[in-house]
Amino acid sequence: MSNDIKIKKGLDIKLKGEAEKTIEKAVLSNFYTLRPEDFHGVIPRLIYKEGAKVKAGEPIFHDKSNEAVKFVSPVSGEIIEIARGEKRRIVGIKIQADKEQIFQDYGKMDVNAVDADTIKAHLLASGCWTFIKQRPYDIIAKTDQSPKAIFISGYDSAPLAADLDYVLQGKEAELQAAITAVGKLTDGKVHVSVGAKSNSPLAGLSGITLHKVSGPHPCGNVGTQINKIDPVNKGETVWTIHAQDLVIIGELLLTGKFNAERIVALVGSSVKKPRYFVTKIASEVATMIYDNGVDQNGNDRIISGNVLSGKQIGPDGYLGYYNNILTIIPEGDDYELFGWNKPIFDKISTSRALTFSWLTPNKVYDLDTNMNGEHRNFVLTGNYEEVFPLDIYPLQILKSCMYQDLDEMEALGMYEVAPEDFALTEFICVSKQPHQKIIREGLDLMIEEIG
Amino acid sequence: MGLKQNLHNLKEKYKGTKIAPAFNALHTFLYTPNDTARGGTHIKAADDLKRTMNTVIMALIPCLIFGMFNAGYQHYLAVGEIQAVTNGFFSSEFWNLQNFVLGFWKILPLLIISYGVGLGIEFLFAVIKGHEVEEGYLVTGMLVPLIVPIDIPWWMLIVAVAFGVVIGKEVFGGTGMNILNPALTIRAFLFFAYPTWMSGDKVWVQGAVERTKEIANGSTADAISGETILGSLAQSHPVDYSVMDMFFGFIPGSVGETSTLLILLGGLFLIFTKVGSWRIMLSATLGALVMGYIFNVVVDAGWITETSKFYGLMSTEFWHHLIIGGMAFGIVYMATDPVTGSQTNKGKWIYGFLIGFISIMIRVFNPAYPEGVMLAILLMNVFAPTIDHYVVQGNVKKRLKRGKLKTA
Repeated sequence: MSNDIKIKKGLDIKLKGEAEKTIEKAVLSNFYTLRPEDFHGVIPRLIYKEGAKVKAGEPIFHDKSNEAVKFVSPVSGEIIEIARGEKRRIVGIKIQADKEQIFQDYGKMDVNAVDADTIKAHLLASGCWTFIKQRPYDIIAKTDQSPKAIFISGYDSAPLAADLDYVLQGKEAELQAAITAVGKLTDGKVHVSVGAKSNSPLAGLSGITLHKVSGPHPCGNVGTQINKIDPVNKGETVWTIHAQDLVIIGELLLTGKFNAERIVALVGSSVKKPRYFVTKIASEVATMIYDNGVDQNGNDRIISGNVLSGKQIGPDGYLGYYNNILTIIPEGDDYELFGWNKPIFDKISTSRALTFSWLTPNKVYDLDTNMNGEHRNFVLTGNYEEVFPLDIYPLQILKSCMYQDLDEMEALGMYEVAPEDFALTEFICVSKQPHQKIIREGLDLMIEEIG
Repeated sequence: MGLKQNLHNLKEKYKGTKIAPAFNALHTFLYTPNDTARGGTHIKAADDLKRTMNTVIMALIPCLIFGMFNAGYQHYLAVGEIQAVTNGFFSSEFWNLQNFVLGFWKILPLLIISYGVGLGIEFLFAVIKGHEVEEGYLVTGMLVPLIVPIDIPWWMLIVAVAFGVVIGKEVFGGTGMNILNPALTIRAFLFFAYPTWMSGDKVWVQGAVERTKEIANGSTADAISGETILGSLAQSHPVDYSVMDMFFGFIPGSVGETSTLLILLGGLFLIFTKVGSWRIMLSATLGALVMGYIFNVVVDAGWITETSKFYGLMSTEFWHHLIIGGMAFGIVYMATDPVTGSQTNKGKWIYGFLIGFISIMIRVFNPAYPEGVMLAILLMNVFAPTIDHYVVQGNVKKRLKRGKLKTA
């Protein structure tokens, strides 16, 4: 059987502001903030208090429900603020970086010589476990379950996504170490997907099952690949890891250091010269953004992540724990005269209802954040299926989440999905329903009720 | 700039008040709102429900205009003032100002009543229940005048629209929640409450009912016959319309249902814009043809003879069923309603096919009223969730089986 994955259903959203392939070292920020909300479902229990000095890679909090899962500091420095929200929930742990970076030393590890338990303990202690996510539920992997397979997507098809072939080049050693290590944690295969025409460094690794993917977005989404390769059944678990996070895991294994450096693409139509930067996880974004041609007074939206599933952050925000792009696009908080009936040439649509994007499939669009309409009940049918390649009924599963029928949610495939799988259906939704939120709340309900 | 800013200020002022939904409905009619995406995708595709509904209305406009000309044409033809068309679709006997003026003044009030009453109730419910005014009625309001007889008394239409909107839609929670197609609910209400105004040979041509009354009161004028083709066939009367008349729509019938040509164009437009489901339209057409063909075979086999009261309709050539009566209009504009139709792609094939199939069956066997598309669609509206259920169960079973294979 061919290992290639070809999908037809989907939609490539071509936006202005793709990153040029040059890497610059971003001016390192002095401030870093870890936001517990990046780790869905984790309630943090602090290890250090305000004012404590920490090393880079030293744990600063762990998961309340599982002490083994530790979250480490991306830099060495001083914890200067524990920001709290409603009910004293911790919303951010702010660290001021030292001039001289000192790393916590976890010791080198020869991954070929050690057993699975040693690797697991090592990843947990060093904070690298947090890069491993699981399905069902799209949360950090539970430590007591062994996955039936591990999925790594080496191809990001989302709008303006970082070119993973490019940012991973030269990292073969780290990638191999990480793959070998996590491969020992499963009895099944490690599925790695790369673009059909890519020359990804991932392709040459040993211990993997390689898949070449082609087609429109979401072919690069790991959820699509799982569904096509080996879908999750009830009672099963699979793990997913971002390709770039493998580099951090690999470096830890090879050098003993948790190096939070990450190559991040600064993209979007509001960026004057979009390109790649080397920065660190949880870094403050303001310096990087405003040094590089984003208008300080501009009415822009800054998104940590891509335009479909990223998180809105303010100018004083921080790079999300799992994100490898920062997207900046204009806000669309303005009215449009007869916007609902005039012919539209400058926005994307999958219909042809006086919308003309079907004429120009290769056009690059400059979209803003306007809703282009109001929230309504679900009305249209059949349009989600056009952009949804998973073997799941999208409208039906969304509705089952809304009326919270657990049996039906399970039967329709909730164990297989993550919110990001519903980003495209949300994008094209005529009724402007928040699909990803509906799915996230559905998953949370299942965690609560079924576990 | 002034208007935009003023409206924005008003919107802020009304925010949270009871009147807000009503104001917003008018405001968003002028301007797409300034809301930005929050918490999900940061960009959104261009289409909203207003645009979608507007597309359907655009597909209906030709039928409406044709209906205005046809109302006048049928009237003047019946009273003998003009000759029947001779020169194909663009005949001057049909497309002239006299016809249009009569039709315009007859149909405009229907349109105003339909929108006025329907939207009025929608606004009322939106204000009471505090939700936004939804666009579904924009299409329903346009459909209603097109599927009633031209001479329908206004008060009946008012009662029917109120019934249809409240019982057919609002009690379920508005657009997107209803089970039955609201326009057909309105028509079904008229059909069962005032059958004499919805069937027979007097209601389809403007003035026929009035003339009948005059004759009864001693007038010597000729009676106006307004029998539809289906009516003639059901009673095995000879049909004196050519196939091209039927296809172009120069025949009596509900206001907007007669021109198969324009309905076909509207249907193609809906398919092209991806607003209407080609699966439903195609499968319903197939269903109608199959049923019609079965009846033809039955007649050919000699099981039904001319003495049977079903002979007229059963012997009608099977594909003629598509161009007479409301079949085409129902398939293109009613069966494709996404809310009340089947919601899965596989389900749409079954749903559509059965609509076509049952329409012709009811049309032939209904003794009181020789048309079936309305009842067939309403019936299938009720069964659409069942069809979807079984289609979705297929997916569910596949998933269960997959899980069992793995664990075994």
